[in-house]
Amino acid sequence: MSERSNLRLLVLAVLVVSLLGTLVARSFYLQIMEGAEYRAAAEGNTVREVAEPAVRGLVLDQAGRPLISNRTTVVVTVDRQTLAQEPNDGAAVVTRLSRILEVPRDSIADRLKTCGTEGAKPPPVCWNGSTYQPVPVASDVDTQIALSIMERRREFPGVTAKLEAVRQYPAPFNVNAAHILGYLGPVTEEQLDAQGDTTDPDRLRRTDVVGRTGLEKQYDDQLRGRPGITTLAVDTAGNVTGTLEEKDPQAGDYLVTSIDAKLQSVVEQQLINAVRRAQGQGYAGKSGAAVVIEVDTGRVLAMASYPTYDPSIWIGGVTRKQYQQLIDDESLSSNAYQGQFAPGSTFKAISTAAAGLDNFNLYGIYPCPSQVTVGGTVFRNYESKPYGPISLTRALEVSCNTVFYDIAKRMWQKAGGPDADVTAPDPIAEAATSFGLGVPTGIDLPGEAAGRVASREFKYDNWEARKDTWCRNAEEGYPETRKTDPKLADYYTALDRENCTDGYQWRAGDALNAAIGQGDTTVTPLQMAMVYAAIANGGTLYQPQVAKGFVSADGSSVQEFDPVVVRKVEVPKSAIRFLRRSLPGVTTDGSGETPFLGFPLDRIPVASKTGSAQVTGDKASTSWFASYAPANDPKYAIVMMVTEGGTGSKTSGPSVRKIYEAIFGVRGTQVNPRDSVLVGGEPQQALPVVRPDGTPVAPQGRRSGVADIRAAGSSQ
Amino acid sequence: MSGILASDPATHTLTRQRGYWRDLDWILLIAAVGTTIFGSMLVWSASRADMASDSDPQSYLKRHVINVVIGVALGWFASRVDYRWLRAYTPIIYGVSAFLLVLPFVPGLGTTIAGARAWIDLPGGMTLQPSEFAKVAVILMMAVLLSEKRDIESEPRDRDVLMALGAAVLPILIILVQNDTGTVLILGSVALSVIAVSGARTRWVIGLIGGAVVGIVVAIQLGLLKEYQVQRLTSFINPGDDVTSAAYNAHQARIAIGGGGWTGYGLFEGPQTQGKFVPVNESDFIYTVVGEELGFAGSVLLIALLGVILWRAVMIAFRADDMFGRLVATGIVAWLAFQMFENIGMSLGIMPITGIPLPLVSAGGTSMMATWIAVGLLENVRLHAVRAGS
Repeated sequence: MSERSNLRLLVLAVLVVSLLGTLVARSFYLQIMEGAEYRAAAEGNTVREVAEPAVRGLVLDQAGRPLISNRTTVVVTVDRQTLAQEPNDGAAVVTRLSRILEVPRDSIADRLKTCGTEGAKPPPVCWNGSTYQPVPVASDVDTQIALSIMERRREFPGVTAKLEAVRQYPAPFNVNAAHILGYLGPVTEEQLDAQGDTTDPDRLRRTDVVGRTGLEKQYDDQLRGRPGITTLAVDTAGNVTGTLEEKDPQAGDYLVTSIDAKLQSVVEQQLINAVRRAQGQGYAGKSGAAVVIEVDTGRVLAMASYPTYDPSIWIGGVTRKQYQQLIDDESLSSNAYQGQFAPGSTFKAISTAAAGLDNFNLYGIYPCPSQVTVGGTVFRNYESKPYGPISLTRALEVSCNTVFYDIAKRMWQKAGGPDADVTAPDPIAEAATSFGLGVPTGIDLPGEAAGRVASREFKYDNWEARKDTWCRNAEEGYPETRKTDPKLADYYTALDRENCTDGYQWRAGDALNAAIGQGDTTVTPLQMAMVYAAIANGGTLYQPQVAKGFVSADGSSVQEFDPVVVRKVEVPKSAIRFLRRSLPGVTTDGSGETPFLGFPLDRIPVASKTGSAQVTGDKASTSWFASYAPANDPKYAIVMMVTEGGTGSKTSGPSVRKIYEAIFGVRGTQVNPRDSVLVGGEPQQALPVVRPDGTPVAPQGRRSGVADIRAAGSSQ
Repeated sequence: MSGILASDPATHTLTRQRGYWRDLDWILLIAAVGTTIFGSMLVWSASRADMASDSDPQSYLKRHVINVVIGVALGWFASRVDYRWLRAYTPIIYGVSAFLLVLPFVPGLGTTIAGARAWIDLPGGMTLQPSEFAKVAVILMMAVLLSEKRDIESEPRDRDVLMALGAAVLPILIILVQNDTGTVLILGSVALSVIAVSGARTRWVIGLIGGAVVGIVVAIQLGLLKEYQVQRLTSFINPGDDVTSAAYNAHQARIAIGGGGWTGYGLFEGPQTQGKFVPVNESDFIYTVVGEELGFAGSVLLIALLGVILWRAVMIAFRADDMFGRLVATGIVAWLAFQMFENIGMSLGIMPITGIPLPLVSAGGTSMMATWIAVGLLENVRLHAVRAGS
């Protein structure tokens, strides 16, 4: 090989050695000579996360109509980091901003202060979020103003106008559904405390809004989506030195409910009509509820409560005055699943099942006198009407109390009368519990009431809890009352003495009251609807569900919820069969006859039970109408009730009829499924489809007919 | 010399087994294996934080190990392939490599990473960087062109030098269009070294050096380089001035390395590394991982391992029994040395930031494979020389 080649190779080798030497020397310099300095810099190096909330998922009805959607609003935000670099901390920028937005300068300045710092106003005026997050100072800003701010970037350093999504209630067919949908509110301290010290990127942040009630709360996690996270590197002085990671927000999933907007609208209107009917009869008609259940799935097709409120009141925060109004109206909670009422005669279906459970002959003949006397107390029939010896079917049709008194009394005696042990058999309470009373139904809505089953056990527990008070009062003899009204004090004292000594006793009177849904038993209208749905479907108690499933915001993934069975009701099949045979007679020949006069019962037989539950005081009875149809092939159970509403037949019955007419497409005596409020005449089986752009469309499939979603309102 | 090669190149591409294991340069092999294991450890540490939320946090490491296995297999093949076959097929290797270089421009096939359109998408989320193979191809092609048809003692003719230069310039131009500045600089160094060691006249060497300097200056002056390229190339000078990403990266890299001190924070313990402050620290900035977690001691160990590889490569070049072998070894020395210097120097803040991996250390399958092919070729040249001498 030539000398020249060797020499040049040698030069290359020397060059390589010097390169490696340079690297070692430079490493030595950085790591050893200046190591301490860099180590300090490394320790001052921290990360800050800036979260951008995702667009919340829509809530759709069963046909894909949005019940809750989002609307965009122009929000002006200020980045305080940028502002801090301006002369005088950007005072001039804030002044310019207040002028163009036409808001007082102080309100912007107050907004820009971090909560808890010096001179900061209490929340929500002060900024509760991260230092590195742009602070929203104005929303619903006029587009023209927003544009001019964006065009004059130099005058508005750190100021950005951007589009943000807020909730909107499109209210197709004027539906309200406030108690189902729920509303949003700022995240609470409790929620923040509950999640502890987590670094989960999807955790709740102080600036988040979360569902506070209804579906918004129940499915908050999935509706909220995943926030976008920008991870910034920050040095010890708090200056942003770079962006480590940027993750886009992931929009929340669309919640598909089994609610049908059009049906819900009819049910809401009919509930109002029932209340008006009560008021027309001179009753107070204070509150009411109506529930429509699909009996084979437990899905809630409609659920209304009266009084209600406009859910959009919560958007952008409710004022103190508005909130007080809501409290005064008692419209915040749902009477359908949060209100507890004596079920009255609608409970007789359960008593009948209990009779079957206790081996009574369901096809026997029972006396129906105008009244019975038990332990010196007279228990009367409704309007004291005697019917003579009648069948149990007839007793249900005419709602004869005395027949059920007789049955209850025999059950009570068989169990051991007043001295029976707490654990003695109580078929009525057993049947009621098996039908799901006394515990929440498990509907996918928060804050559900449990109701109460009156029983020996309940009475004993109640006595345990209250006996000390009773005994003390009996001892003291109501000295305060005695000063003004010695007679009343005597009465109270005697009552409390009795309660103190044997208030635990389950007396005959208690048993009799329980049999006709009076006394201590209370139910929610939803529970009663589930009871009648269980009778209708042959004895399966479903867990009611509002949500049918989720569809991702781009429609790419679908998650369907299956019906949930709570249990097979533990009463004899023969008793369920008996009820299914007897209850249609209530509508054709009994207390439910009047409201269904002229209804094509030959084509759509309706099983029903009325109730006029007595309440303490001089108030009018609670009007109940529990039903399912078609009785020969049950699909829907409907329960409606109005407090201080009079009889079930006069007040609630006519409205329930109207709802069936709407569902089945009844016009006069004509039945035409095409006139049904349900698209295709039946609830949709499949979930609505969400297009890649986020537009929901009606489900595709056998059951979807002529869709009229477009008429229901815009999607986004 | 051809007497030892008994097999017919048309039917047998591999040399006979005899003496293969005995004659291998074991120091080179051990250093290369050691560097690869060392590198895998660093890749593991660097990818841990990024993959922590993944269903399989180890998936990145696993992919790296697969790349290593494929690379070693290719290296083994390169060490055993028949010398004459290699020379005969070099034009085809070169042609295929040039073709692959154009593929990233085909819509749907190419992928742009960090501004460079230098990757081909493969099924299963893998990518291929053809410019890595181009380095091997350019070295082989230049070696063939500069060693053919001449007396071993004479200098190459100008025509041969021109053709060799052309063989280098063609891929350089394509890679320039891909925006892969780092690879261009390395290929330039390779071309210059191979031409110099081939014994070409001194004016060629001086002319090429001068031309390169003028070319770079003119490119910057005329704005041929895009703004971000200039920024990347100059940000290392004044990293504190702004928070643009290039300067930020350089700054964070230096904090990581500097914080390491003598022995570092310990593997998996570096706050900068595990806190994801240093970007692409499994590849471009992998030196920051060893610097921070294993300190000066670990850094010197890594540089020493790389130094051993280069030392053996230089020795193989010296002892090569023909010009082809020497030039192949020389090209590999220049390639690996400049790539190591550029990669580590960039983390240390003494070289401009360009997106190139550290040979045998960084994650990145194509680089791993190409470097192991280079190791195999070095062994091949050595085996050839040992046999010729025996």
